[in-house]
Amino acid sequence: MSVAVLPYTVKPHPVTGVYSGKLGTWLFLASEVMLFGALFSAYVLLRVGAPATGPAAWPTHDQTHLSWKIGGFNTLVLIVSSVTMVMAWASLKMNNLAKGRMYLGITVALAFVFIIVKLLFEYIPKFNAGHTPSHNNFFALYFTLTGLHALHIIGGIVVITYFIFPGSTLWRKDPEYYTNRIECTGLYWHFVDLVWIFLFPVLYLM
Amino acid sequence: MSDAHADISKHVKSYIGVFLALAVLTVVTVAISRVHFSGSGNVIVALAIAAFKASLVAAIFMHLKWEKSPSIWWSLVICAMFFLFLILIPVLAVGDLPPQAQHGMWDVVSPAAGGGGH
Repeated sequence: MSVAVLPYTVKPHPVTGVYSGKLGTWLFLASEVMLFGALFSAYVLLRVGAPATGPAAWPTHDQTHLSWKIGGFNTLVLIVSSVTMVMAWASLKMNNLAKGRMYLGITVALAFVFIIVKLLFEYIPKFNAGHTPSHNNFFALYFTLTGLHALHIIGGIVVITYFIFPGSTLWRKDPEYYTNRIECTGLYWHFVDLVWIFLFPVLYLM
Repeated sequence: MSDAHADISKHVKSYIGVFLALAVLTVVTVAISRVHFSGSGNVIVALAIAAFKASLVAAIFMHLKWEKSPSIWWSLVICAMFFLFLILIPVLAVGDLPPQAQHGMWDVVSPAAGGGGH
């Protein structure tokens, strides 16, 4: 099987001034900003448009049953995972594949912690209590926003796991290319963390 | 590789610094949500802290502090403009909301609760 060689995977493109994977990742993240931005916009519209009283009124903290302790714990989990992600890239930059893979492994483990906590302590108890997306506008937005975010976490788990195991063979052929791919994976992962930084106060504390 | 080891070591120090700042600011966000400011004070404070945390992540973890590519910066500027427009949509929609909701938005007393007094 012939392998097509992509240009500018390591050297900066003369026009853009950056290796092409990085620009592509940023363009993808710009589209992600619009995706999450539209949902945040919907949140603002439905919240300010809710009547002040009556059954359609915006639920209070007691009615949303969202625990800032669980949300805060998961916030810290994602922040630590962002640090380990960027440390993986820094380790590869310092020519240490073993350390880089170790940090990637910790990042995946933390991603699993986030998802498991979300499922066991939030989603499942909410559904059991009848607080489903159809319950009211708040829960519709809560499940859409956090569900989409959780899908991004799962996507991150898949990509990072690929780079720990089969994807890491690229290191032997072209370590700089591999390091750049980890940097792009990191850009995505930090973006997922960044979205949660806004979701946490908006859903749990306001 | 373009960056020398010494540069990466400096980066690592800033990563640890940002981690500590993010952890402390998360605690501050929770603590300050228990204080009641007047009007939209709580929302503004919470969003301001979140925006500051997000810019730390973007600048240091996502390497924007060291980013020189004009293509990336232009993509981000255009993205920011469209994002601002998205967030403005609810404001532009104010005139289209049902009257009851409009009162709920701008006044503390709604017509349903306060008998139309505002």
